[in-house]
Amino acid sequence: MGTKLTISRGEFLKLSATTGAGLVLGLYLPWKNQLAAQADQTFKPNVWVSIDTSGTVTIVMHRSEFGQKVWTSLPMILAEELEADWSRVQVVQGDLNPVYGGQSTGGSASVRTSYDKLRKAGAAAREMLISAAAQTWNVDRGECRAESGAVIHSPTGRKLGYGELVETAATLPIPEEVPLKDPKDFKIIGKSLKSLDGAAKIDGSVIYGLDFKLPGMLTAAVARCPVFGGTVASYDDSKARTVPGVRHIVPISSGVAVVADDTWSALEGRKALKVTWNEGAHARLSSEDISRTLREAAEKDGRSLRVAGDAEAALAQAETKLEVGYEVPYLDHATMEPMNCTAQVDKSSCEIWVPTQNPAAAHNAAQEITGLPDEAIKVHTLRMGGGFGRRLANDYARDAVEVAQAVTGPVKVLRTRDEDIQHGIYRPASYHHLKGGLDRKGNPLAWIHRASGPANAGFMIGPDSATYGIDLPYTIPNIHTSDITSELPVPAGPWRSVANTQLAFANESFIDELAHAARKDPYEFRRAYIKDHPRLLGVLELAAEKAGWGRRLPKGRYQGIAAHGCFRSYAAIVAEVSVDRRGRVTVHKMVCAVDCGIVINPDGVRSQVEGGITLGLTAALHGAITLEKGRVQQSNFHNYKLLTMRESPVIETYIVPSAQPPTGIGEPPVPPTPPAVTNAIYAATGIRIRRLPIDPKELQKG
Amino acid sequence: MAQISFIINGQRKSLDMDPDVRLLWVIRDSLGLTGTKYSCGMSLCGACTVHVDGDPVRSCVTAVSDVDGREVTTIEGLAEQNHPIHQAWIEEEVSQCGYCQPGQIMTAAALLAKNPKPSDKDIDQTMSRALCRCGTYQRIRRAIHRAAGEV
Repeated sequence: MGTKLTISRGEFLKLSATTGAGLVLGLYLPWKNQLAAQADQTFKPNVWVSIDTSGTVTIVMHRSEFGQKVWTSLPMILAEELEADWSRVQVVQGDLNPVYGGQSTGGSASVRTSYDKLRKAGAAAREMLISAAAQTWNVDRGECRAESGAVIHSPTGRKLGYGELVETAATLPIPEEVPLKDPKDFKIIGKSLKSLDGAAKIDGSVIYGLDFKLPGMLTAAVARCPVFGGTVASYDDSKARTVPGVRHIVPISSGVAVVADDTWSALEGRKALKVTWNEGAHARLSSEDISRTLREAAEKDGRSLRVAGDAEAALAQAETKLEVGYEVPYLDHATMEPMNCTAQVDKSSCEIWVPTQNPAAAHNAAQEITGLPDEAIKVHTLRMGGGFGRRLANDYARDAVEVAQAVTGPVKVLRTRDEDIQHGIYRPASYHHLKGGLDRKGNPLAWIHRASGPANAGFMIGPDSATYGIDLPYTIPNIHTSDITSELPVPAGPWRSVANTQLAFANESFIDELAHAARKDPYEFRRAYIKDHPRLLGVLELAAEKAGWGRRLPKGRYQGIAAHGCFRSYAAIVAEVSVDRRGRVTVHKMVCAVDCGIVINPDGVRSQVEGGITLGLTAALHGAITLEKGRVQQSNFHNYKLLTMRESPVIETYIVPSAQPPTGIGEPPVPPTPPAVTNAIYAATGIRIRRLPIDPKELQKG
Repeated sequence: MAQISFIINGQRKSLDMDPDVRLLWVIRDSLGLTGTKYSCGMSLCGACTVHVDGDPVRSCVTAVSDVDGREVTTIEGLAEQNHPIHQAWIEEEVSQCGYCQPGQIMTAAALLAKNPKPSDKDIDQTMSRALCRCGTYQRIRRAIHRAAGEV
């Protein structure tokens, strides 16, 4: 989502002002020459990096950190080219500002889209520091080299630290072209460096959105209609107003806000508030209705996405035919930190402090609500306890801006867990109608996939971008994929890996079904038809090798395999599971191979694989948001269960060495996780799971 | 309103307040110690875990009157003690978003105090009540073993 934000140069300088002298790099700014010209007098800061006279390197985090460790991996990219002393690097959060380009953090894109620009920013700083040293020593700059936060004059061994060079460097012209390092000389990129904020995350000092506080700040909780689309008919706040600490009762578009001195008072006040709801048109909606709607839609013709050959005609000729449906429910993100936002609004300005993946969305919401000009609205990105796509939406920022408009001073609006789960922006439910045919020899002849999902999810059930989505990596002569949407009132949005979560479950289950129908090994069957996709084949083969595909397993354990590419990266997983007589599934081990191009921080990649697999397993084993009478039935972690340590398998990660440009890793491990598990369950039981979450009743014996 | 006194991270606090207020909100809102997290409010996830007289307690369901005269330690207090568990967490690079980790560490520290050399099973049993959405469980297990080697 783009921002309409415009900003004056003076405003930029003020916004980004820091104390002390520093090296200025006005890179990527339309006014960069003016900035550079000013630099010798003012030492104004730059966009990505500044160095103070003590030699401390400060790198701006222009994206959001919520567990992907971009707080460390993005600075590593810049520090590599800068030849920085890593122990002298610190990171500061960049507020919403067009100088950084896009700041929405999603699509596993932070490293991919920042790699070139952060390398260039670091290299430009390095070259200026080398020139500054050469000028200081009055020597040929070709005799100087940068190393670990200093410039060294090679013939004499003289050395000047970056801090000693910044004032001179700041007077030099910014180079237009800068040489980049040969990857074979990388010292930082490719190393499993510890997170720069590792200690702060465990001593209580990191300030998450919910921890943010301003002097005189009020706290608010909102009573919301339990039915989607419902509105306030009337409310009685006589009791709520008597609750100690309650200051204001403010009707807003999403409900009625109780504003108080502190959290407890706001929650007690909300309890005492009586609201009568106009539940609206969806007060009878149930999950059965949704399921029926999606199934019926899948019988109609949808929007064709890929047509190769004549799939229906080929299917009619096929020796073996399969026709099945797969179904997945709505899912909540259930970030450990519930949604919250702090805002302060007066007649001429609006300031927002928000744990968001998308500060521009908060800005745009504030503008829409307040009507203030761009430059009167400021958005500060705060740390967040999990994102998974939920914080791309701005619904919770809207709440805060609306409440802040009605009160004086700053106010934080927070959601309780039940509210957070019952008023999410859910991963859409979907139904997938699959038909496939094999020839006499067991070769696949035809593949037909129609994906059916809610209209408000749009692309989130169909052809999700940046690699496979609904598309197939398998070479099949006749393919027809399509999608169709139905109007449903449940809010829907991106959830870690977006449409790939549903589509890979359908595709990777159905290719497994075809393999078994052809009486072939599911791994070998995939390999045979995946040949045109070497990187996917690479991860498939690596996962199979590392997992020992087909080896003798401990009694009762079985393997399943699945592979998928998304966001330009590739992941394959071999799951090892057992199923007991009562149908209970134990996932013992997940072996994952990934190819995400050049790796910045290998341990960071492993950490994301562990995270993606955990989220995928939670979806496979537990996850379902269901509706009854228009209401979400889940309310907390007792009925919207997260995976526990006891249920958590051993996760092994193997990275395909690559010289390809870096791509994302936050999302790609998620999609193959559920089908790897259900394929293993089939191997164990002969029962095909076609509906998530896995229902042990389907697997009970006798 | 009632007078409630307790020691928190070594400091005596005396507060005149509604005795029903949950300890979590007293720690966070009144005392400004925000390392203790709100997540479920129903003792289901463990993000709010603190120690009361050394035992792990879910502060989101504990009335502040319950700690009158007792000694409370939060993540900030534990961090000051240079507990080996913090270094173990850093070495194993456990945290992702980090939000649940103060509660995980408080739960794990209480486990180690009672059981200095816990088995995988002991760890799973205690830690399975402490939820993490990011997927840090296997690193938590390793970090506890690492800290156990040093406790």
